[in-house]
Amino acid sequence: MISDGSPLPSASGLAWLDASGERPDIVLSTRLRLARNVQGHAFGGRARVNDRAAVLEKVRDAAGRAPLLQGVSVVEISALPRRQARLLMERRLASRELLGSSDGDSRTGAAVVLSPDRPLSVMVNEEDHLRLQTIYSGLNLREAWNLVDSLDEEMGRELPLAYHPEFGFLTSCPTNVGTGLRASVLLHLPALVLTKEIGKVLQGLSQVGLTFRGLHGEGSEVVGNFFQLSNQTTLGRTEEDLVDHLERMVRQVIHYELQAREVLLRDAAAETEDKIWRAYGLLRYARSVSFDELMNLLSGVRLGVGLKLLPGLRVYPLNKIMVFTQPAHLEEVAGRGLSTAEADVHRATYVRRILANEGVVGTESGPGDSSPAADD
Amino acid sequence: MPCDNCGADDPVVKLTRIENDEMRTLHLCRSCAAEKGVEGEAEYDGGPLAEFLAKMGGGFEPSSEKAEGAPSASGSVGCEFCGLTLRQFRDSGRLGCPHCWTAFESHLRGLLRRLQGSHQHAGKVYLSPDPTTPQRRKRLEGLKRKLERAIELEDFERAADLRDQIRELEPTNS
Ligand SMILES: [Zn+2]
Ligand SMILES: [Zn+2]
Repeated sequence: MISDGSPLPSASGLAWLDASGERPDIVLSTRLRLARNVQGHAFGGRARVNDRAAVLEKVRDAAGRAPLLQGVSVVEISALPRRQARLLMERRLASRELLGSSDGDSRTGAAVVLSPDRPLSVMVNEEDHLRLQTIYSGLNLREAWNLVDSLDEEMGRELPLAYHPEFGFLTSCPTNVGTGLRASVLLHLPALVLTKEIGKVLQGLSQVGLTFRGLHGEGSEVVGNFFQLSNQTTLGRTEEDLVDHLERMVRQVIHYELQAREVLLRDAAAETEDKIWRAYGLLRYARSVSFDELMNLLSGVRLGVGLKLLPGLRVYPLNKIMVFTQPAHLEEVAGRGLSTAEADVHRATYVRRILANEGVVGTESGPGDSSPAADD
Repeated sequence: MPCDNCGADDPVVKLTRIENDEMRTLHLCRSCAAEKGVEGEAEYDGGPLAEFLAKMGGGFEPSSEKAEGAPSASGSVGCEFCGLTLRQFRDSGRLGCPHCWTAFESHLRGLLRRLQGSHQHAGKVYLSPDPTTPQRRKRLEGLKRKLERAIELEDFERAADLRDQIRELEPTNS
């Protein structure tokens, strides 16, 4: 994937794609991050070049001593070719803010610490000095919290962190202060969207301190039917409370989605089946596809896998397609820059290749074979 | 349709979010979207999935919204360490350094009450190199609470780790 001699380890940070958690057709990933700052240095926008360089050196030292970070790579953004920096972003390991502009020394000290064998990474010198992050496949809040908490303990022993007995861990933005914890779960909710129940679910969740967001594309539909549920506040409750509360609500939403899927199969089986197969057919044979269209088609196919209407197809390749068809990933494979139109063609080619390798059983099922088995 | 935040023409980002019991769809221009931690559509260099997640707010920094409500009076009094003034804080929504939290303490307390519903941290207690007795005690309480939860969840590896941390803090028990 990544050319030789690259400072960026090739497959790092992609364990969350493996569809290993429960209901991987519904829960894509669980992500936790802790915002931390080092005593004695200005934050984010007010940090000077020497602050940023000093913070990175301290983090490098601390990482060298922290058991969970043995064998990590410290990847400095300024040392990376632009396309490789974008790969980090496409893998959710670096933010746009961390990447910043490509020129000048504004990126001094900006870095990502990448673990070779654990789903752990640290963004250094973003809005806060440290963003400890873990991303797990599926719904796995508990394990994710244990891991990021352990890393925080280790880093806290090695680095003097900015902490206030009343306000907790100090951050650049008041919306992150206290625990510094943002826990978010990425959910795929096509049946709630198709049955138009999603609004009601969103309303309900809003009353319990969670933020629930979807993204609108050109039309009125939410692109890919993906929604992210995360804790709204970071202060006044323990980390375990925040995480447990989010988990309960996520389970509730999964339950609603499963109910909506039953409704689809009961009241609109033929339409649902047709929609799924059309999405599969387009992905299997299209010669050019934009990312938004891809996300919407993948949603149909993903629903088909969840409803067991596309036997033989797994969630993992669908996850993989989402990451590897982004522009920097496509360009990395092509070994050159690609225009939008070229990228659409490369994207379609990649998708066809993956789906051809997967194979779907039962494509020949005809009329009279149209009532799908209910999902358990 | 104008930008819901500033009225500029042709908003590029449509964002649905739920806050305080209300579902709101915001139409935002690129600069307002960026301010709210939401990325604009046309900036392509990040890649669609990452961008997609960023637009949903949780890809990277979600609710780092502009903190509002700083009183305009005394806006020029600054943090001694980094020089940030209250007015600058109100404009950017960002503190400049750890000392800002002490310099603007009373203002921040009120802001946090509105923003977070609380101003008292209830999570992990961090121990500085030479902790005071009350700090130690608070940290110990937190660890014991975590230990109970780990036992309840039958997470014995975690429980063992927490017992070690507790033992370190309780010299009498060692
Ligand atoms: Zn605007
Ligand atoms: Zn300051």
